[in-house]
Amino acid sequence: MINHDIVIIGGGPAGLAAAISCYENGNQDIIILERDNSLGGILNQCIHNGFGLHTFKEELTGPEYAARYVAKVQSLGIDYRLNTMVIDISKDKVVSSINETDGLMQIQAKAIILTMGCRERSRGALNIPGYRPAGIFSAGTAQRYVNIEGYMPGRQIVILGSGDIGLIMARRLTLEGALVKMVCEIMPYSGGLKRNIVQCLDDYNIPLRLNHTVTKIFGKERVTGVMVSEVDAFRQPIPSTEEYVECDTLLLSVGLIPENELSRKAEVAINQKTQGPEVDESLSTSIPGIFAAGNVLHVHDLVDYVSMEAALAGKNAVKYVQDLLKTGLSIVIESKNGVRYTVPGTINPDNAEDITVVRFRTSDVYRDAYLSVYLDDERVMHLKKRILTPGEMEQIVIPKKWFAERPNLKKITIMVEKE
Amino acid sequence: MVKETKNIICIGCPMGCPLTVEIEDGKIKSITGYTCKRGEEYAKKEVTNPRRTVTSIVPVVAGELDMVSVKTKTDIPKNKIKDCMLALKNLKVDAPIDIGDVIIENVCETGVPIIATKAVKRR
Repeated sequence: MINHDIVIIGGGPAGLAAAISCYENGNQDIIILERDNSLGGILNQCIHNGFGLHTFKEELTGPEYAARYVAKVQSLGIDYRLNTMVIDISKDKVVSSINETDGLMQIQAKAIILTMGCRERSRGALNIPGYRPAGIFSAGTAQRYVNIEGYMPGRQIVILGSGDIGLIMARRLTLEGALVKMVCEIMPYSGGLKRNIVQCLDDYNIPLRLNHTVTKIFGKERVTGVMVSEVDAFRQPIPSTEEYVECDTLLLSVGLIPENELSRKAEVAINQKTQGPEVDESLSTSIPGIFAAGNVLHVHDLVDYVSMEAALAGKNAVKYVQDLLKTGLSIVIESKNGVRYTVPGTINPDNAEDITVVRFRTSDVYRDAYLSVYLDDERVMHLKKRILTPGEMEQIVIPKKWFAERPNLKKITIMVEKE
Repeated sequence: MVKETKNIICIGCPMGCPLTVEIEDGKIKSITGYTCKRGEEYAKKEVTNPRRTVTSIVPVVAGELDMVSVKTKTDIPKNKIKDCMLALKNLKVDAPIDIGDVIIENVCETGVPIIATKAVKRR
């Protein structure tokens, strides 16, 4: 058995930022375990620009953003293992992993930071009838083929789902000479950023069909086409609107799911809304000493926030190892009236930083509404918002002084209000 | 007199205001539909001088990776995107490559270089 103070599972943007933060907060006994053959995670295949506006005040591509963190990790001499698959985490913090040189490696950690990221929802989750021909890819898989391997997944493409990766791939495939016939979105609004709708679809005259979905896939060996239907207010396909669209490829950009198989093995409590661990203000999961940050915790839109969140998890993992994290009563954050979830879900005032950032998404589109924060029954924040949409993560900031002023505070409620 | 109407969507925030720009003889006559200052400025720029950063990949010879990602160092005129992609077609580069290495000096007479955005070691 090998011993390390802090073991970080995953070397993507969250893992890298967590490691740097651990180091800078005074703990150098860190190891990052990464299953791919390089650090940087999914950023390596996100060759488009738009990353890092908050962190570096400039627009970088994914590989450039990752490279800055990788360079920092390497210059600090932080230990990492590539091609290393973590296969188990126990609740007493033994991390088991395998790779070709070390074989089975068991590390007893004092603290673990979960930064495994997320994975794409697959065809199997959608129940679209049809054979299982070649030519059906998740948008991220297609992105890897095109940008890392240099292969085109197809020539005539329909994209189901208007998540950001799907939009980015619509442009990317068009620039590489494919014909992207349409992007279908079952919801009445896109889940992607406005900037991507304009710069990836409108710029190339690719139609975005809102309230439309794919109801059948044709082709036995290879996709030959798809049936596209409009949906009603209950998202049920309207039979009379069926339209056959010829294509050889269907890309799916239908949502991301935090990848928590390992967390579950360690019996970390999972939030049903986010599909990520339940965490407190320190980003500690239900198992003391196991922390989580980034897309494994909840799916983010911007990598800058992933890096910030992970830095907080790193700092608190160091505190935990030093036995500086307090246990005790926590204040619950209740999300209701249009607020789907919050991260964190609880705050222990003894551990709270000067400000606690609470991130969340709304469950619907709201225009000219208010974001309100109640401390027990007292409304302390009432922010006018011209628009709130599930596609864009929101955040509010809770100052520590609120807790000092209210020693008996039980509950914080965050909600959307009409007025 | 040449009149033209352009409809664009503002990307300043999630509102996505639909903007209408009336153009007469190449000059902006009116902008409507914006609900903040940023929207008005976006419309002006998008109609008079729309620019984009182009990103793509180039095959690598003898590298640890098969492809290196590249970008135009700054944004280039939107109507040059296609030419820029054509300039990258059939191009190959030799490893090693560092981030920032110039792949094409002055792409399509834009005055903007195409640079590598990933480091690739020699195999």
